[in-house]
Amino acid sequence: MRSTTPQGNCDVIQREPGQKIRIASCSLAGCFGCHMSMLDIDELVVEVVHHLEYCRGPLNDVRELRDVDVGVVEGALCNEDNVKVLEQFRANCDLLVAVGACAINGGLPAMRNHFGLTACLKEAYLDAEGVVNPEIPRDAELPRLLNRVRPIQEVVKVDYFLPGCPPPAAAFTELFTALIEGREPAFDEDMVRFD
Amino acid sequence: MTDTITIDDHQVPFEAGQTIMEAARAAGLYIEHLCYNPAYQPHGSCKLCSVKVDGVIQTACTMPAIAGQKVESDSPEMKSRRKTLVEMIFAEGNHYCAFCIKSGSCDLQALAYHLDMHENSFNHRYPVRVIDASHPDLILDHDRCIFCGLCIRASRDQDHKNVFTMAGRGKATRLAVNSETGKLGDSTIAADDAAAHVCPVGAIMPRRGAYSTPIGERYFDARGIDEIDNASGKL
Amino acid sequence: MEVFERADLAAAVVTAGGQHGNDPHNALQVCLQLQQQFSCVPADAVPMLAHQLHTTTGHITSLVSFYSFLSETPRGLYDLYISDSISDHMQGSRQLLHRLCLALGVRPGEPRLDGRVTVSPTYCTGLCDQGPAGLVNGHPLTRLDDSRIDTISRLIENAVPLDQWPRELFTVEHRIYRRDLLLGTPLERGDALRSIADQTPEEVLRELAASGLNGRGGARFPTALKWRMCREASSETRYVVCNADEGEPGTFKDRVLLADYADDVIEGMTVCARVIGAREGFIYLRGEYAWLRPHLEWVLQRRRGNDLLGDAILGDSNWQFDISIHMGAGAYICGEESALIESLEGKRGTPRNRPPYPVTAGYLQQPTVVNNVETLFSAAHIAARGSAWFGTSGAGGTKLHSVSGHCERPGIYEFPVGCSVGEVVTAAGGDGAIAVQVAGAAGELLLAEEFQRCIDLNTLKTSGSFIIFGPDHDLFTTTANFTRFFAHETCGFCAPCRTGTQLARSVVDRMAAGRAFGRDREAIDRLIDVTPALSHCGLGGTAMNPLRDLRDKCPQRYQALFSEDDTSVLHFDLEQELSEIKTLTGEIPEAEQ
Repeated sequence: MRSTTPQGNCDVIQREPGQKIRIASCSLAGCFGCHMSMLDIDELVVEVVHHLEYCRGPLNDVRELRDVDVGVVEGALCNEDNVKVLEQFRANCDLLVAVGACAINGGLPAMRNHFGLTACLKEAYLDAEGVVNPEIPRDAELPRLLNRVRPIQEVVKVDYFLPGCPPPAAAFTELFTALIEGREPAFDEDMVRFD
Repeated sequence: MTDTITIDDHQVPFEAGQTIMEAARAAGLYIEHLCYNPAYQPHGSCKLCSVKVDGVIQTACTMPAIAGQKVESDSPEMKSRRKTLVEMIFAEGNHYCAFCIKSGSCDLQALAYHLDMHENSFNHRYPVRVIDASHPDLILDHDRCIFCGLCIRASRDQDHKNVFTMAGRGKATRLAVNSETGKLGDSTIAADDAAAHVCPVGAIMPRRGAYSTPIGERYFDARGIDEIDNASGKL
Repeated sequence: MEVFERADLAAAVVTAGGQHGNDPHNALQVCLQLQQQFSCVPADAVPMLAHQLHTTTGHITSLVSFYSFLSETPRGLYDLYISDSISDHMQGSRQLLHRLCLALGVRPGEPRLDGRVTVSPTYCTGLCDQGPAGLVNGHPLTRLDDSRIDTISRLIENAVPLDQWPRELFTVEHRIYRRDLLLGTPLERGDALRSIADQTPEEVLRELAASGLNGRGGARFPTALKWRMCREASSETRYVVCNADEGEPGTFKDRVLLADYADDVIEGMTVCARVIGAREGFIYLRGEYAWLRPHLEWVLQRRRGNDLLGDAILGDSNWQFDISIHMGAGAYICGEESALIESLEGKRGTPRNRPPYPVTAGYLQQPTVVNNVETLFSAAHIAARGSAWFGTSGAGGTKLHSVSGHCERPGIYEFPVGCSVGEVVTAAGGDGAIAVQVAGAAGELLLAEEFQRCIDLNTLKTSGSFIIFGPDHDLFTTTANFTRFFAHETCGFCAPCRTGTQLARSVVDRMAAGRAFGRDREAIDRLIDVTPALSHCGLGGTAMNPLRDLRDKCPQRYQALFSEDDTSVLHFDLEQELSEIKTLTGEIPEAEQ
């Protein structure tokens, strides 16, 4: 489950006895399906909480990020907000794990790349039949959309990849177990599926 | 005495006129491929069946077997190159397994699993290609096309219709349809033609069959592409 | 967009088809004729062409979409190409292109709304010794500079017909700075033919083999062996093809030979025809050299009149051989001999699977010799004067080199095979050169410390191109230029080359933009390993040479192209990526886009 060519700092997490591994997660342009699958580790959660500390993510709504060992990133880069979050994750996580099709190849969000952003927005907000008050939304609260949707490894270094839509819970189980045991995760064939 | 070639550690007999690929298949040895299909003339374009023949890289599907050849196929070097090549093919087109109707019975996807590909070393190109939905019974989705030319060969050599041809150049290479409008619906292809079913990646698919096979029962759900190839001489 | 009358199209199709025997093998030639007439091959003409040439619409479409000099939509009345090949690039061809586009109000590659003009960048036009160069409606433009560009834009705005443009714009000089054996001792027309007239083909072959002549296009296959294999292949019909698709960036020796020594080249073809038993031959002339065609046709006609070509060569009615010229249409791949044969047959120029080789199954599946212009030129001299003579300047004879780039005297240099790179550089006045690209984009970058290396069969093959880089040149510019060239020229047949060249190009673009990082470096390493190893032909086989050479020979420059920060930096230009939304919401006005 390593990135295809081993890179210098793709090591396992070293920790002192009793020290918990700090984990954070986020969903960029994704559907939270990968997070759902992560929660499907079921009773392993009981074991995991002794070793892992979930310090930031959609599950606890904490936004701050500092000194994280492992960042789990779901979803593709679709807007400027995604970019900021990814930048924050890369800067503060020792290891970055891309999970799911969207993070790895753009997935469903990347389908808009076929049409181009301008065409998509024009169709949705200006030209489509039945549109009243045609206007492209613009608001400080709305993150601006990128020209193209991109997988995350195109713009930051990613240490591990967990493919699937979503990756099966067994893959997360192996990821967490390996982290706890201080070894490289090893995924058997059933855990690597693109759909 | 029968002539033989050596493929990796195997002594493989062959008949005069056979290619390395044909000899390997007859002996139950799998060599990765996408554009090769035993029912049609070899094309030699996907290059996945590249092997070292006495040290020189050749495509197994086009290279005649000659007594005494030493063929290196399953080495780490050649395997790694094939894996990279599969990544390159994925990056070139728009291959979204997550919502593709061919997922589970797709040669490209099965090869990726077989070669242990988890992600792509290359940035995706996201080419803009337009779906041809002009035919009442078939869909031509250029997003998935890998330019293997199997539909061209099937239509020309088996259906005797010559419906497809390759057009464009380089990154603009595209499958073109032989009809006045260039649309599939205006061609002579029929739903039961060989060309309508030969596509290894789902660029040409029958309508009204999408997602009908449940996950778990699809072509490659139970076994790898190498096993299927050996077991049934998959067409 | 211009609409063509169907009746006009139909008439043109019937005429062009008729002039080419309504033969589908001439489909490319017929399409070129339409392109000349309508500045495109209009969609409406495609079914007409298919009908007229007894072929399919797909066949016609496959050609129009493959060759750079055929287009599906009209180009301008003035159809300009400005070369961005590296030697032109180094002399500011990009700025000249932009200056011209700005003056004319066009975007590169797009016709102006009034249909007056199209300006496109292109790669090597074979005029590297007098660049920056270009083409207008097939005519060569040389020594472009700001003032010439301004003149050209004025002429176009004033709709001045091409034949009233100042002649100096079109002047092509064929400058030969060093003559050795071949260029120093001219042949009289017919010398070679008279000298072999009494010899058996075996005797001619023995002499040719003794000369050691090998393929001057760069592959260096022994010429006599190629001719012998073709001669011994079983068939009634054989062909000789002169490969005049000189497309390797920085190569222009064939242009000079075709312009000033066409008789010698044709004589070489005629000798070959006699040896292998061919009655028909072709000169496959690259589209960029269309302006040479009238001259070549004239030379052919004169030779027919002098009994040096045609039904009774030297009055011998058993010696029949004639040559026709087939035009290429802007596809570098057609320099590869089997792709050239496909193109000659009126198809897309994709290389064939081998075996079989052209010597046994070439044009129309008949045994065919395909030789480079210079090879045939040399063969004529050897036939006339013998192998011993060919060896007088050194074993293996002499080789022509096209020298361009940062040097005092760009032009043609004839040197004995085995001369050193440094000798050529010095002769051309390339003092202070930091590097030389030998054998074009597909060749090798040699740094100054390698200039003692010799041009010979085993260690340094070359088609004869030397592009010299001076002390201020950034070698990454060359790498990027060549990598983009291959991405443009890959035929698309095989996966490793089609995808590899595109992916390499996108990495190079990121390197140029300062956005490349570790992942890109790994991607390049993989491409350098896989693309050459698995590709179908020499194009993919050499397409990664520029990146490989920069990586291996200029590690400092190479490393500097990648960000070393793997943990924090987003390798991404956020402002650029927000350009569309900003335009849509009025944050930036459209005009700034």
